Amino acid sequence: MPEALKHFTDTYLMWNEGYLIWISDILIALTSIGIVATLTYFKKWKWLWKEWLTTVDHKKIGIMYMIAALLMMFRGGADAMLLRTQLASPNSKFLTPDHYDQIFTTHGTIMILFMAMPLIFAMFNIAVPLQIGARDVAFPYLNAVSFWLFFFGAMLFNISFVFGGSPDAGWVSYPPLTELGFDKGPGENFYLLSLQISGIGSIATGINFLATILKMRAPGMKLMKMPLFTWSVVAASIVIIFAFPALTIALALLMLDRIVGTHFFTMLHGGDPMMYVNLFWIWGHPEVYIVVLPAFGIFSEVVATFARKRIFGYNSMVASLLLISVISYFVWAHHFFTMGAGADVNTFFAVASMMVAIPTGVKVFNWLFTMYRGRISFELPMLWTLAFVPNFIIGGATGVMLAVAPADYQYHNSYFLIAHFHQVLIAGPVFGLLAGMYYWWPKMFGFKLDERIGRIAFWLFNIGFYVCFMPQYALGFKGMQRRMYTYPAGMGWHTLNLISTIGAYVMGLGFLFIVVQIVYSMKHGERDVTGDPWNGRTLEWSLPSPVPHYNFAVIPQVTDRDMWWLMKQEGRADELRKFDAAAIHDIHMPKNSGRPFLMGLAFFVAGFGFVFNWYVLAVIGLVGVALTMILRAFEWDDEYHIPAEEVLEAEAALGRV
Amino acid sequence: MAAALLSGCGPQYLVLHPVGPAGRQELNLIIISVILIAIVIVPTIAIFFFVIFRYRNTPGNKAKYTPEWSESKTLEIVWWSIPIIIVGFLSAFTAKTTFALTRPPEQNVTPITIHVTSLDWKWLFQYPGQGVATVNYCEIPTGVPIQFVLTSDAPMNSFWVPQLGGQEYTMPGMAMGLWLQADKSGTYYGHGANFTGSGFAHDNFNVIATSDAQFNQWVKDTKSTAPALTLTGYNHLKQPSTMGTASYSSFPPGLFHNVVWADGGQYMPKTMQGANAGMNDTNSTSSNH
Repeated sequence: MPEALKHFTDTYLMWNEGYLIWISDILIALTSIGIVATLTYFKKWKWLWKEWLTTVDHKKIGIMYMIAALLMMFRGGADAMLLRTQLASPNSKFLTPDHYDQIFTTHGTIMILFMAMPLIFAMFNIAVPLQIGARDVAFPYLNAVSFWLFFFGAMLFNISFVFGGSPDAGWVSYPPLTELGFDKGPGENFYLLSLQISGIGSIATGINFLATILKMRAPGMKLMKMPLFTWSVVAASIVIIFAFPALTIALALLMLDRIVGTHFFTMLHGGDPMMYVNLFWIWGHPEVYIVVLPAFGIFSEVVATFARKRIFGYNSMVASLLLISVISYFVWAHHFFTMGAGADVNTFFAVASMMVAIPTGVKVFNWLFTMYRGRISFELPMLWTLAFVPNFIIGGATGVMLAVAPADYQYHNSYFLIAHFHQVLIAGPVFGLLAGMYYWWPKMFGFKLDERIGRIAFWLFNIGFYVCFMPQYALGFKGMQRRMYTYPAGMGWHTLNLISTIGAYVMGLGFLFIVVQIVYSMKHGERDVTGDPWNGRTLEWSLPSPVPHYNFAVIPQVTDRDMWWLMKQEGRADELRKFDAAAIHDIHMPKNSGRPFLMGLAFFVAGFGFVFNWYVLAVIGLVGVALTMILRAFEWDDEYHIPAEEVLEAEAALGRV
Repeated sequence: MAAALLSGCGPQYLVLHPVGPAGRQELNLIIISVILIAIVIVPTIAIFFFVIFRYRNTPGNKAKYTPEWSESKTLEIVWWSIPIIIVGFLSAFTAKTTFALTRPPEQNVTPITIHVTSLDWKWLFQYPGQGVATVNYCEIPTGVPIQFVLTSDAPMNSFWVPQLGGQEYTMPGMAMGLWLQADKSGTYYGHGANFTGSGFAHDNFNVIATSDAQFNQWVKDTKSTAPALTLTGYNHLKQPSTMGTASYSSFPPGLFHNVVWADGGQYMPKTMQGANAGMNDTNSTSSNH
């Protein structure tokens, strides 16, 4: 028996790999015990199930996305700290090469797919129905399914580090390195299955929000009267719907290669790894626009609100969002200029890639001229937006440099590239979504986040950001490649790496201040009693904070782009804040359901089974998935009405009748 | 700005100190792109700081405030045009250099072909014209264009010698060309640039450029003193490991071609042209870069 036990702890729990695994085990155990104990002590299990795990309310789903995304930012950030610690000095022995390879792979994968994606979905859910005057999304049940698929996909991915081992071939996971011949372990299976499961959820979210925006806008809200954030969600959703299937296919074919023994991406039997590279980047490049477009939308809302001025060049802004989403499909090959495509192909993709700079540049100019002749106040959402601008200008500039194909032969796979994409992906999606989080926080929770702690976090994060990534451009020119777990002393790389590591620590400190700020503000944050703490312009600010379950007691009539601003200017704000009892009717709402959660769990079980080729477990999971689907197909009674009296009572309690 | 960039950076900035025509053309393009981009971004950043200072919301601020002003055809035409023009110029330079780099840098000198195979985690160089082979170092004569023909008998890697010029991938079952040339004698750092697993960090090699005479002497010495590379020896090299340098007086005939063929080249006859390059000391191969 002890022999079998040792085999289990060595093979699956990897207790023979040293302290990093043990520390992770202890942290996971403590966190789990803490959560269970707290819920039990405060008798919150029922509340958790009824109010959160079974909810189909877009606002609550949005909040769950946001909490999950912040936790993943912590995990991905902890990965980054470990990587930077290892690279702080030459010939460092802090991490083994195997652990380093696993950690850079999980860092990249988590930050893109399990941090940036749920963070944009959080903002979609929190803001879109409120901005367009809707009571929920088009398919609330599907929305819950999307969330739980993401959640259990993320869990499956995260558990890999302490159970079986994480993937270690980079977040791009190119074959043949990821084929069975070079990579036998379960790590790569974790990657393929967890991305597949959460990817299904992402496609559904794209469809859901496109349908919501096209079909559920308040009367009078023509397309060209929509707020720019909503427009950015349209653009991002279109890109999701067209791009994610390519990833699904790439992952599925690679999984077949690994599990069934097909040869889609091995050259030996007529397959071709280039096909994977193409499929991956046909999704992968649009993916960066999927996460940056909503950030552009948030910046547009924030700039107009805090400059107290109408957004400049609305038509150009819409046109550039859509242009970016179209051009994003014609640039994928710039990720492999150096894989032997002909000069003609490289020239085409180089020019197409540079063209992205045109609509993006126009957006920057329009933001500048929204502020020009405005009145700018520097609250937290605006601070992050302003910090984004110079950052993104530099990141965009280095992006154009990278698009110059022959110059890219020298930047490719070097730290110059690393610096570039961190600069655009942090300044874009991360700053944007933090701006969005600060902006809509009072709308979600009814209080503002503390300004003073927020400023400390802001400055630490921003200064740390430049200190961390500017030296990496120089390291690229010094010939340092990405993904090296260590480097020799004589190359002149040491000082710059050390500076970069210090910057990373400062950023980590900034993140901790954000956490402190959230905890502190729960008790001490300024309460928002008006529902309109920033003097906003769009419909969500006409609602009380936090927003009632049914959103709008009376669906508003829209005649202008900045509807709420206009009504305040004309002294008609009370039309959306004080209702006649006669105007309030029964409200039709979707019922909660525990099935999306159970379906996610079933997917998790099936995925886990496939990771280790434990087919009995896999089949049990798949049967669970099928059951939840069949039960859904025979469910007729999934809606109810909130009686008018109840709505009236709730609104009266808020002083809105 | 570009000049400052260059003068401020010591010789350890390998990309900024090229010693061959390919690296120089790429550096020129880097400088041109920095200048063109700076024309746009420097004023934009200046305007940005001016605007947020001038229009801040403080009590006594007398700057103009026009909350409803949100359109101007003229201004928008201006800033749609500026990036279009810049991108147009940059595209022209890019196209020109992209095509130029697919040709040998020097037309009047007979080039040398070197077959490069990336292995886990080492680099094998075979000289079809000279009949010698090396591991983890590569001797070349100065002033002679070198046609590197690249493949991999391991996961994909990328062949990068920053001071000679930009990189190109090595891929199993394919043979792709890369023209490089060194104009100065010296030892130049090279490294696999695409991640290949746990030994990747130690996957480096040196390119040693010497005069023609020294190169020929080196070939002669290697032929007379080094052991031969056998098929068994090659299969041993193929095993995942890291190692120092090695030299071989000969290698099994057709080894490079056979490796590309066996790794899947048989399904891609077009890419096999590169694998035959240099066998008869010709320069018939068409290069992709």
